[in-house]
Amino acid sequence: MTTFVQLQPKKRMVEMQIDGRKVQATEGTTILDACRQLGEEIPTLCFLDTLHPVNACRVCVVELEGSRVLVPACSRKVAAGMVIKTNSERVRLSRKLVLELLASSVDLSTTPDVADWLVEYEARPERFGPPAPPATEGVRDTAVAGHHTPPDPRYAATVAQPPKIDNDLYLRDYGKCILCYKCVEACGTDHQNTFAIAVAGRGFDARIATEFVVPLPDSACVYCGNCIAVCPTGALMFKSEYDHRQAGTWDESRQTVTRTVCPYCGVGCNLDLHVQDNEIVKVSSPLDHDVTSGNLCIKGRFGWKYVQNRKPRTD
Amino acid sequence: MDLHLSKVEPSPEERDVIDALLGAAQARHDHTAAGGHAARSHRHLLLPALQAVQARVGWISEGALTYICARLTVPPAEAYGVATFYALLSTTPRPKRVLHVCDDIACRCKGAAELCAELEKKVGPAGHGEPLWLRSPCLGLCDQAPAALVTVAGPKPAERLVGNLTVARAKDLLKSDAAPDGKRLAVPQKGDAGLRLLARVGVVDPTSLDDYRARGGGYAALRRALEIGPEAVIREVADAKLMGRGGAAFPTGRKWDAVAKQAVRPHYLVCNADESEPGTFKDRVLMEEDPFGLVEAMTVAAYATGCERGFIYIRGEYPQAFERLAHAIDAARARGFLGERVLGRDFTFDIEIRRGGGAYICGEETAVFNSIEGFRGEPRNKPPFPVESGLFGKPTVINNVETLVNVLEILRIGGPAYAAIGTAGSTGPRLFCLSGCVTKPGVYEVPFGATLRQLLDLAGGVAGGRPLRAILLGGTAGVFVRPDELDIPLTFEGAQAAKATLGSGVIMVFDDRVDMTDILRRIAAFFRDESCGQCVPCRVGTVRQEEALHRIQARKTIGTVKDEMALLEEVGQAMKDASICGLGQTAYSAIQSAVTRLRLFDGATAT
Repeated sequence: MTTFVQLQPKKRMVEMQIDGRKVQATEGTTILDACRQLGEEIPTLCFLDTLHPVNACRVCVVELEGSRVLVPACSRKVAAGMVIKTNSERVRLSRKLVLELLASSVDLSTTPDVADWLVEYEARPERFGPPAPPATEGVRDTAVAGHHTPPDPRYAATVAQPPKIDNDLYLRDYGKCILCYKCVEACGTDHQNTFAIAVAGRGFDARIATEFVVPLPDSACVYCGNCIAVCPTGALMFKSEYDHRQAGTWDESRQTVTRTVCPYCGVGCNLDLHVQDNEIVKVSSPLDHDVTSGNLCIKGRFGWKYVQNRKPRTD
Repeated sequence: MDLHLSKVEPSPEERDVIDALLGAAQARHDHTAAGGHAARSHRHLLLPALQAVQARVGWISEGALTYICARLTVPPAEAYGVATFYALLSTTPRPKRVLHVCDDIACRCKGAAELCAELEKKVGPAGHGEPLWLRSPCLGLCDQAPAALVTVAGPKPAERLVGNLTVARAKDLLKSDAAPDGKRLAVPQKGDAGLRLLARVGVVDPTSLDDYRARGGGYAALRRALEIGPEAVIREVADAKLMGRGGAAFPTGRKWDAVAKQAVRPHYLVCNADESEPGTFKDRVLMEEDPFGLVEAMTVAAYATGCERGFIYIRGEYPQAFERLAHAIDAARARGFLGERVLGRDFTFDIEIRRGGGAYICGEETAVFNSIEGFRGEPRNKPPFPVESGLFGKPTVINNVETLVNVLEILRIGGPAYAAIGTAGSTGPRLFCLSGCVTKPGVYEVPFGATLRQLLDLAGGVAGGRPLRAILLGGTAGVFVRPDELDIPLTFEGAQAAKATLGSGVIMVFDDRVDMTDILRRIAAFFRDESCGQCVPCRVGTVRQEEALHRIQARKTIGTVKDEMALLEEVGQAMKDASICGLGQTAYSAIQSAVTRLRLFDGATAT
């Protein structure tokens, strides 16, 4: 792959301290970048290299000396003289609570890494009580800002609800949504500029929605699937993957990933074909690819059914 | 931007009201790409357009929202996200007449909970059917509790705040406009010599610019400012050691200086009048009774910091304050006190009013910006701070109403003389809002340094001479203090030493008959309702906090009450440490103080 070198004014370096270790970080980068430079693992959920950080999940918070509150590593820019602790008691408590609050209210069963973090931070989401029964379809979509029914002392409130299946290509299972804003960013100015979805409602009743909750086929959605590519929890999922999961046949250990070039046009997007038992089950594109940054269009993302067409020609 | 718009058309009524606000449609609005950049840059008119439809029709239909989107080139999904963010907007059909009944903590001290229960029996459950009544968070009429807001949609929309609500009056209000509102002026000190911030309140006609100038000494401060120049004005404010009265107590002089020095143009001035902290109503009184004072103070601030355009973001629940300010701005503009070449000088400044839509979070300084710009009122991450990147990404001065009004006094008597008022660390006069179980509720002005006891005495003590149970100091984002802590000096440093805060100047009094656990549950419900939902600690933490309090009340605790306290403490700590903004960071404050200072749950048992 050819790498282009952009000529820019030389970035200044700033010296800072992370967990007692000195580090030279490039001005304009984030605390998260500096931590990665040192090989420190910071958990993230709403962060992705290809999107603007919204720092909404707060699982990446670190302690910055002189700051009254913890700061999000994913978006806070480095500055000379910063003294940072990434694993202090305060940090660990906040991370534990963030994980507990999410795990007690959202189905994280298809969120990678989170099971390990729950163990690492000794999170016990069950301590808020048994999860409330799922909401019936549409109830969470019509919650009114500023008006909620008093809590039922027997249960912990959740966002559980039936998945929205309104097209053949992908579905939206908002019982798994942590409201990381990634899909909205990918659909909006960060990638696709389609603006089919946005955050609606307020507080715990906030949700990702089309205008007036119209089904996707009636919305601005162009089925590029770039929201699926950035979703960290599996709330947005290929229909093909969902069907396999429902049938109990989804098995990533039996899958191979083959990189190829999209056959449709001359842009040259790379495709990663996820194949299980000689069947393409989903398609992604590498995030670090110069051309796509992980994005595709409807053809590259979903237009591979013809490959599976093994019927002999009869003409 | 090529928008995908639904084919649903607006009704003629909806189209009229939108065109009245945005001007008649020029291009073919079915070809939305024609909107172009000019239309996109009017995104800041999204909330006013939604509000106009709400006020005319009573709710926002898909056709109306689509038409607004076509006119402003805003994606419908985003506009829907904005419309569903505000409690005063509805995206489902609502009757034209709605009664919003406050059941928040100050009104609860005056029987609001019982009143709501009665309404449920006699009118029907809140939020359903016609006539429609809704429960509301604090409406800022705590001195005349229980309070309500009536909104009537139509060609001539009407809104008004109603005090001293009874079931009978509520039923009348649900039927017709004829019912009296029972609202009165809430300044017991009215006309007292020595008042500085409230000097004109109840004395000078708030609708007359002439009276403001003749009897109120109006526009002397602006003239002095124009005489001494912008740098000298900032120096006076810095010398006065004026600290922000919105709650955060940031030095105003430093803020102004930082904006004045920014090379990036334009600069914006925003007056934060989204007073929504439960128990706070001082800014409402200032805006209703001394609107010209605020307009003049904003003009001085704009002159000092180089702003040509100012916004007043006033909470949607204050119709009279909105009307009075709108009138004052028009009158000032007509007489050359606003607009191009103010008072004939080389200085241009004008003010626009923006109304909130029923969202406490929009009082957060960066959420205000998002709300004005036509986005969801979600706080931004700081840094960058407003002085560097605020409204429309430009350097912005944002001050609370009371803070700005102080500037007039500073220019009248000079910075050093102002600094001599109060204490060394807290200078000048301060407004306090006394409400709850107190004999004479209202807004009181005292020099910094008075004690809590003196304020309580000023307001005639606990109503009916009953024993004092607790005082909520600073609002729901503040703390409860005990009857034996009345000698706390009401200064920034005094409050801090007592591990309390003055916040927005709330002093809410609770006597021995108030069920304090009920008050705590209402506070928890408030934060759960008002969280914007952006960050996890606050979005889910406020839910878990409310649930724990309800489990204790229902005697269905998980483990012992002590275990629940520990749970609350951990959730509270995470909210305080890891939330994006002040809402989440203080959502546990009052509840924590009820546990640690009032020892509210010491005797509580699990079963």
